[in-house]
Amino acid sequence: MSGDMMAAGTRTTGVRTGAPRAAQAAPGESPRRRRLTPRSTVLNVALLIGLAASIGPLIWMVVSSVEPEGEIRQFPPTLIPDQVTWSNYTELFASLNFPRYFLNSVVVALIVTVGSVLFSAMVGYALAKLDFPGKRTLFALVMGTLMVPGMVTFVPLFVLVANLDLVNTYAALVLPFLAAPFGVFLMRQFMLDVPDELLDAARVDGAGEFRTFFRIVLPQARPALATLGILTFLGSWNNFLWPLVAVQSADKYTLPVALALYSTGQNTVQYGLLVAGATVIVLPILIVFLVLQRHIVQGVSTTGLK
Amino acid sequence: MTVSARRRRTGLAAWGFALPFTVLFAVFMLVPVASSLYMAFTDMHGADLRTPWAVNFVGFDNFVEALTDPKFQQAAGNTLYFVGVAMPLTLALALLLAVLLNSGLVWFRSVFRVGFYAPVVTSIVAVAVVWRFLLQPDFGLVNSGLGVLGIDGPRWLTDEVWAMPSLIVMATWRNVGYSMVILLAGLQGIPRDVYEASAIDGAGPVRQFRSITVPLLRPTLLFCAVITGIGYLQFFEEPFVMTQGGPLGATNSVAYEVFNQFGFGNYGLSAAMSYILFVAVVVLSYLQFRLLRTEK
Repeated sequence: MSGDMMAAGTRTTGVRTGAPRAAQAAPGESPRRRRLTPRSTVLNVALLIGLAASIGPLIWMVVSSVEPEGEIRQFPPTLIPDQVTWSNYTELFASLNFPRYFLNSVVVALIVTVGSVLFSAMVGYALAKLDFPGKRTLFALVMGTLMVPGMVTFVPLFVLVANLDLVNTYAALVLPFLAAPFGVFLMRQFMLDVPDELLDAARVDGAGEFRTFFRIVLPQARPALATLGILTFLGSWNNFLWPLVAVQSADKYTLPVALALYSTGQNTVQYGLLVAGATVIVLPILIVFLVLQRHIVQGVSTTGLK
Repeated sequence: MTVSARRRRTGLAAWGFALPFTVLFAVFMLVPVASSLYMAFTDMHGADLRTPWAVNFVGFDNFVEALTDPKFQQAAGNTLYFVGVAMPLTLALALLLAVLLNSGLVWFRSVFRVGFYAPVVTSIVAVAVVWRFLLQPDFGLVNSGLGVLGIDGPRWLTDEVWAMPSLIVMATWRNVGYSMVILLAGLQGIPRDVYEASAIDGAGPVRQFRSITVPLLRPTLLFCAVITGIGYLQFFEEPFVMTQGGPLGATNSVAYEVFNQFGFGNYGLSAAMSYILFVAVVVLSYLQFRLLRTEK
């Protein structure tokens, strides 16, 4: 990256010396500094239209979920409902056990998040800071599986889970997601930056390896743990293909499974109920996202850059 | 003596840290990857679920069957169509948004950033509910809007020609925020004075974009291209929730066909197809590295 910058820097200098004098003499336009120009107005209006396209469907979903069926189909759609009703939700909860699915989703996502983040942090620390036989092989295998499509492991995973007699159990929803190669990669990258002096100081003080890890390393890694935790939770919450196949009885359904089965199993489409179901899945995540957006956006961009 | 004893102790402790992950990783990742390869060369079916070793080796039969199957060929063509259009579209739009948000002319940058990223965190099942309504032919928002302009919109999801473009737009809508956020962070890493110097030299925005932004952003673009490409080659969720691969297989994909063959109980064939997809992922990533890697 820095090598690139140098190269481009040189290139710009080249342009400067070669530039015709007239261009240099021209009054230096810097619209960058001014804020309310025709250009910036056009730009912001264009971006606002884009923003409407981006979050419009989500806003429509939330608003429609408290509207009666007739108003949902009105055109143009109403931004503020004429008549607020909770009947979509009450009807949905009466015909489907949504609180149960909600609880399933929360519990599965929490266990997957805590477990996989902890295991990733532990192995990431070992890969970054400790020596052990088989370290290189383990790291190579983890990196190698990052590119494996989910579909490659999908069928054999089902065969495996069936032979372990885990079909239709919570274990089937949790266990395959506790080992996350991407999480290991992320944590190892982060652990590399933890200063060795800190670890040595703890060891000199007589702290054992595990004490050092839980008392010194984990607190240092808090930003990375937060980022990975949020991303893992999101992934688990939105996961639907595996749960759709791995569990069969309704009491084990997660929210996306329940909504997917409900929306395809209906003869007459009742948009009100579907939209209410969709809102139950999306709204909690959107709220979490809005609260933690700085963490998420920064986390995503740093993982992308590393 | 003490050194080697100490080393052995850290070696043991290190394995203590690595063990929980390694066991789960071996059982739920390495074993499935290996057995997928094994299954691809056998005639395993759903009936062999409990006796996965009592199957016959069939050599490359599954691969031949997959590659000569017109349904698979159609699915492969659809997947290439999807990747070929949706990937450049997503990256171009993400780059455009990132450059605009970074231009210093935007009033509420963080609002835009959050807004464009929001679709990324939403569940595909919920998104499908919303988009099926938007694209509903008789009273959906899109066709109602087109109707105001006097255009009679097509039946988006049940029209052989329009189903795939509909899914491409939907996938782009859902994924553009991810690349945008990463590209924006990359842009913020480019020093302002490089742009200011070139502005003094009389370089316009277009020239700046071509001579500064694109070359300096190349590693970030490469990352986004690889991640987006890997994800899009596995195109599955959108047709699964929106069209079930229809109409007439027009939105069927390789990953979807893997899932279908699994559903039919053709485990061996399904595994072979998944490995073909794997090879495609590796080839695409390699090509992108070749095309976009930093020039030395």
